[in-house]
Amino acid sequence: MIIQQLSIFLENRSGRLTELTETLAEAEINLSALSVADTAEYGIVRAVVSEPEKAREILKSKGFSVSLTDVLCLSTPNTPGALARALRILSDASVSIEYLYAFSMGDRSLAVIKTEHTLHAIRVLEEHEMELVKASDLYKI
Amino acid sequence: MLCREAGRQLQKGDNLIKEADTTAAGVIYWNEEIECISRSDLRKLQSEKLRKMVERIYYNVPFYRKKFDEAGIKPQDVKGVEDLHRLPFTTKQDLRDNYPYSLFAVPMKEIVRVHASSGTTGKSTVVGYTKEDLEIWSEVIARTLTCAGVTSKDVIQVAYGYGLFTGGLGVHYGAEKVGVTVIPISGGNTRRQIQVMRDFGTTALACTPSYALYLAEEMQDQKVRCEDISLRVGIFGAEPWTENMRKEIEQSLSITAIDIYGLSEIIGPGVASECVCQSGLHINEDHFIPEIIDPDTLEPLEEGEKGELVFTTVTKEGLPLLRYRTRDLTSLTYERCECGRTLARMRKCLGRSDDMLIIRGVNVFPSQIEAVLLETSGTKPHYQIIVDRKHNLDTLSLLVEVEEHFLSDEIRKLESMKEKIRHAVESNLGISVNVNLVEPKTIQRSEGKAKRVIDNRNNLQS
Repeated sequence: MIIQQLSIFLENRSGRLTELTETLAEAEINLSALSVADTAEYGIVRAVVSEPEKAREILKSKGFSVSLTDVLCLSTPNTPGALARALRILSDASVSIEYLYAFSMGDRSLAVIKTEHTLHAIRVLEEHEMELVKASDLYKI
Repeated sequence: MLCREAGRQLQKGDNLIKEADTTAAGVIYWNEEIECISRSDLRKLQSEKLRKMVERIYYNVPFYRKKFDEAGIKPQDVKGVEDLHRLPFTTKQDLRDNYPYSLFAVPMKEIVRVHASSGTTGKSTVVGYTKEDLEIWSEVIARTLTCAGVTSKDVIQVAYGYGLFTGGLGVHYGAEKVGVTVIPISGGNTRRQIQVMRDFGTTALACTPSYALYLAEEMQDQKVRCEDISLRVGIFGAEPWTENMRKEIEQSLSITAIDIYGLSEIIGPGVASECVCQSGLHINEDHFIPEIIDPDTLEPLEEGEKGELVFTTVTKEGLPLLRYRTRDLTSLTYERCECGRTLARMRKCLGRSDDMLIIRGVNVFPSQIEAVLLETSGTKPHYQIIVDRKHNLDTLSLLVEVEEHFLSDEIRKLESMKEKIRHAVESNLGISVNVNLVEPKTIQRSEGKAKRVIDNRNNLQS
């Protein structure tokens, strides 16, 4: 259930994100999810891709500062309160969230969540019968 | 012929100056006997002092005894200044290796004061003074101030930092010796500096030249005009500055800007200073014998040739240094100055023969920043130091490449790393720094090696 997410450090420079996505495109790596966290001088790109290890090697060889981060992906019904319920379970179990990015389409919502102890968070969510997306499924989206 | 400025000082000076020597021609000396000594008498004096100094360091400082023994030189082999070139050099590294007190030539009970340069722990250079050394220091500062036309009628605002840095206290006691009214305001707090300058009737200002420009700018912002203050002369040092900067300072503050030179290892401020003729800095040669060497071959160079300045402190008791390599590049002239002084003059410093940067008067070596990075990040990332001058103040920026082992995908952690580096640089070096995180390989590399320092101040100056 652990998802390997790419984390890439980018300077705030025009065209840099384009270069990143083009590099992945050339290697025929598909993006399942992507989010950019930005500050005044730099940004962190977080991406779930079809082949994380391969993507990392390629990006590294092209001079990007890149690492793999363990995250989990939660799937909830696209209804009011569904995410709130999941987050309540985590906070009751004292699992703090570093960041998350989410999107809904059709009747499902997907949230990529980074917590301090990913395995522990997965166990807590599974105990409460929350639905998690398997890595192999997510990489194929 | 006397230069015009000196003549002007004469009218101001009148006969109220009790302590300084005033000649018939009107030039004011603090110690005419020495400052106008004949070159041959000076050489005799220096030789005599050098012989005694060599004896003192040979018997009291193991570091020097070892160096002499290794070179097969006995103290009695040194007959005079002509033998100086045969003697071993001393470097800043020697001071660090002997941190803190091992080069002192007297027992600690004789040392009444220490000063130190900034540096990472254990790496600063520590200097010690006996009571007699402090006397010498006051004497050379008294000459410096008198040279600049400052007399007991003046009010001096000492805006050099007080503390371990030699600037503040050094100028302070010399000014008191002359009888100048001293305002020991120390550095910083610009608003207060300006208010004090206006309300206390400051006539002389001692600070770094870049701070003088900053003060001038702030005064303009606060609508304080030159007519509102009584300032007429500035004694500026602790960092290199150009003739263009001098013009700018003189115009914006409507003063005479005097260049002074010194370094803590030799004594602090007071090693050399300009007179009002502003044509080279008079070296207090009866205490500090200058030489110019080729920094590569270490061979002495002729008068007028540009090279590295080397000093031998022949009178200092606490920390006497033999042929200390200052790393400052300049040249010497032994011609008598228009002011009548016969002491050798050095040109304004033209640069350095090492990678030391002087930022707001603070000496900074790239290696110190490297040590801080190693300490805070646990690794040695590629970095670049960028020095700029914004609003007449030096700014220091540090670019750090975010390599994989250094990367966190959480902004909070990256920001806290930045803060840690910033704080460590500030507390170790005593200067503020902007830390910028950049992508790997973005720092310009020449021949595979990253360029460690970009000093944009050089482009602004001529």
